[in-house]
Amino acid sequence: MIDILNALAALANYVFVPAISYGSQLALGALGITLIYGILRFSNFAHGDTMAFGTMVVILTTWWFQGMGISIAPLPTALLALPVGIVVTLVLLLGTDRAVFRFYRRTKAAPIVFVMASLGIMFIYNGLVRFIIGPNEQRFSDGARFIIKAREFKAATGLNEGLSIKLSQGITVITAVIVVVVLFWFLNRTRTGKSMRAFSDNEDLALLSGINPERVVTISWVLVAILATIAGTLYGLDKSYKPFTYFQLLLPMFAAAIVGGLGNPVGAIAGGFVISFSEVAVTYAWKKVLVYLLPEQWAPDGLVQLMSTDYKFAVSFSILVIVLLFRPTGIFKGQSV
Amino acid sequence: MSDNPYRDARGNKDFSVTDPSKTSHLDIDPTRSGQAVPADGDAPFLIGENMTGGYGRGADILHDCTVAVNRGEIAVIVGPNGAGKSTAMKAIFGMLNLRKGRVVIDGRDITALSPQDRVAQGMAFVPQTNNIFTSMTVEENLEMGAFLRRDDISGTMEQVYELFPILRDKRRQAAGELSGGQRQQVAVGRALMTQPKVLMLDEPTAGVSPIVMDELFDRIIEVARTGISILMVEQNARQALAIADRGYVLVQGRNRYTDTGEALLADPEVRKSFLGG
Repeated sequence: MIDILNALAALANYVFVPAISYGSQLALGALGITLIYGILRFSNFAHGDTMAFGTMVVILTTWWFQGMGISIAPLPTALLALPVGIVVTLVLLLGTDRAVFRFYRRTKAAPIVFVMASLGIMFIYNGLVRFIIGPNEQRFSDGARFIIKAREFKAATGLNEGLSIKLSQGITVITAVIVVVVLFWFLNRTRTGKSMRAFSDNEDLALLSGINPERVVTISWVLVAILATIAGTLYGLDKSYKPFTYFQLLLPMFAAAIVGGLGNPVGAIAGGFVISFSEVAVTYAWKKVLVYLLPEQWAPDGLVQLMSTDYKFAVSFSILVIVLLFRPTGIFKGQSV
Repeated sequence: MSDNPYRDARGNKDFSVTDPSKTSHLDIDPTRSGQAVPADGDAPFLIGENMTGGYGRGADILHDCTVAVNRGEIAVIVGPNGAGKSTAMKAIFGMLNLRKGRVVIDGRDITALSPQDRVAQGMAFVPQTNNIFTSMTVEENLEMGAFLRRDDISGTMEQVYELFPILRDKRRQAAGELSGGQRQQVAVGRALMTQPKVLMLDEPTAGVSPIVMDELFDRIIEVARTGISILMVEQNARQALAIADRGYVLVQGRNRYTDTGEALLADPEVRKSFLGG
């Protein structure tokens, strides 16, 4: 009995907790991608670097706040800096839209032209971020480190295995839940949100109903700025901030959006968790859990790790390929696919 | 629009990137804007007069075509395939550029207005296909129809539910899950939500069963009785002319016969050429 509890504790500590917080971060990122796909109808490759840019602004603001001695301890100061990051990111996104995407909308460009334009913008954002903050790793988390410490958990339960929950993980999950609830309330209950869904569903009919396309597009960018900055900051707090990592996040985020069904917000969230749990489960060394669960003579010799963590991107890539081959519309039928 | 290099995807037909059915097919110039000006002369409530024009920079499809409807009346445009029936209706709604002619509603010349602005002027248009928001509920469809209105819409919604009682039962259901006839009811209901003065229907009975078709025509007569003018393009010429106050037979973008629906049905020439004897 105690073995099973130990196994559960180890599983929670190494798989569930990290996967849930990583999944929330992916879900927020995938929501941004899915929104742009649903409204502007192209795959926005610049999304990862939008997150990097937003997080960069948050980091710079955090340092500024820290310099002035402002803090909301035990919570990280970065949360206080979020609004600044969102506003600056929004200015960048709207500027990009006016300068680039609006032109292609007016000319009714083919979707592939939009995708290629977003690729160019990705490189520009990429350079911009490296130019301002540099390519190196930055630390900006402060405040308390843990909600539950492994040692305290062991002392309290008497188990061999500890369970630790980082504050950043708790904040990630709570923030993600709040953001998602507000987003769905906005899309399903407000007039503006409904007009966005209508535009995503049928552009011509939205036009014939008097819905202004430019307004819908602007509001989508507002939502993307909020989602991208929050997702990026949460990821940075939880792991660490390095611009290149955010560019790499593009793959799992796209995989999440496509697995769930592009254009479908519920799908983006489900997809985020599918990807994160697969990634963590495949790269976790299961030996520890198995030792507790199996009889002694069956104890595995190796680590029972399916894949080294270096190959974690292979997991999202494989899922992406499998989904595109066998169920191109995703788990939840994408509204726009 | 083959002259637009940005639309040239260089043979890329990869629709995993996007679904072409959801993007805009309307050839609307977004920069187009103009004012409604008082029109001179005595005219019916809505008239597209001497319209000549076609899509984009293409060849003319309409030639000196005139279509009009009086207040509270039903006007029907019929004709063989490719006669420019739908094109004539789209021209009145501002979806193509007229080289000649004008569109007048209620004594105001609206030739320069964009389709969106014409909605605000009291015109409502129900396209032949893709005329509902499939992923949204019936009620949300109706709400979106009334998007331009800032006043209380519950009264109008009640009227739509009275006209189409089945929609009340299905109001929480996604419109895309409904049958063909019910979808058409949603489409007409959405258009009525703007409280239009003119309702324009592009082949409302396309693809529905004969029973549903009769039912739909009954409803259309009911709508006309409330004082809304109806302009309709129909494939089922015989049934449509039977309820029409005015009928227009178009051939190759020109007016061929114009008369009351009854007279057209009785005309042996029209019967022989267009109604199958």
